[in-house]
Amino acid sequence: MAGRVITITSGKGGVGKTTAVANLAAALALQGKRVVAIDSDVGLRNLDVVMGLENRIVYDLVDVVEGQCRLRQALIRDKRLAELYLLPAAQTRNKSDVTPEDMKRVGQQLKEDFDFVLVDSPAGIEQGFRNALAPADEVIVITTPEVSAVRDADRVIGLLEAEDRGEPHLILNRLKPQMVKRGDMMSVSDVLEILSVSLLGIVPEDEYIVISTNRGEPAVLAGSAKNNAARAYGNIAKRLLGYDVPFMVVEEEAGFLDRLFRFVRQKDVDYQARK
Amino acid sequence: MNFFRSLVGARSQKSSQLAKDRLKLVLVYDRVKITPQLMDTLKGELIDTISRHLDIDQNGVSVTITRGDRQDRLVADIPIRRPR
Repeated sequence: MAGRVITITSGKGGVGKTTAVANLAAALALQGKRVVAIDSDVGLRNLDVVMGLENRIVYDLVDVVEGQCRLRQALIRDKRLAELYLLPAAQTRNKSDVTPEDMKRVGQQLKEDFDFVLVDSPAGIEQGFRNALAPADEVIVITTPEVSAVRDADRVIGLLEAEDRGEPHLILNRLKPQMVKRGDMMSVSDVLEILSVSLLGIVPEDEYIVISTNRGEPAVLAGSAKNNAARAYGNIAKRLLGYDVPFMVVEEEAGFLDRLFRFVRQKDVDYQARK
Repeated sequence: MNFFRSLVGARSQKSSQLAKDRLKLVLVYDRVKITPQLMDTLKGELIDTISRHLDIDQNGVSVTITRGDRQDRLVADIPIRRPR
């Protein structure tokens, strides 16, 4: 059975796409799935360094597209996990060196061999975004609860709808529950009210992400009890596999919970009603 | 920009509520791609057309765009004068 190609995109830069791809890929591999992550940000590659595989690059996506090597040769196996691979982007080329057709071909090929193909999209809505979108079966949009990120996410969601890509799923990243409680940050329900798409996951702001990138070790591999972001990514991976996992961080009023009912087991929800 | 509702008392509002209100407003116009000038023109033409058939209170007319889940709507609210 063919695997699922999932593109992770956002519009806005710096909201956590690459971190999410690295961690979701690792989390899915930890669940025993065969996963390949593709960095499609040609010219500004980062997935390699976030995953700690930057020293092992021999061939990259552009080499594959130009026929300089076989696809197999460009895949870097992450030695920490049995079935996790990376197809890195080129650093000294640019996005016009890859076409949506190229990406579809690569996606098709990888689908036959992997359970999950996660495509890390660059920021923006131009060529790089279109390349990343081309092979996708499903799309995840990432945003933070900030005005500019939400605005860009809305634009991207609109573009996806216009291209008949169906409804994407949303990951709300870098949430700070205390700020939400004080009214200094938009809440999950605020963002959902504005964007009107289904929620896949909530990832809290977590200093450990900086450490994990410093180390080149995705947070989900560290397994520390205080590692909230890693737990969130783990939960998202399980939801992608069809499990019904309650959301970790919920500080909302009751009405919102009704909307989340599909994903939430009432008895497991830990929430405080907002006044 | 007379069609933007003024956010009076914004200082006393929580900033997250302000963010939400601003986003809802800006996204309406982002999505529908309608300029303030076009809105004014539309409003003027609507008033002209309706006035030819009904006696309306031109000063009370409001024309706004609201966002729905799947569709955006142009909503014209036109007060009609009662015949004496």
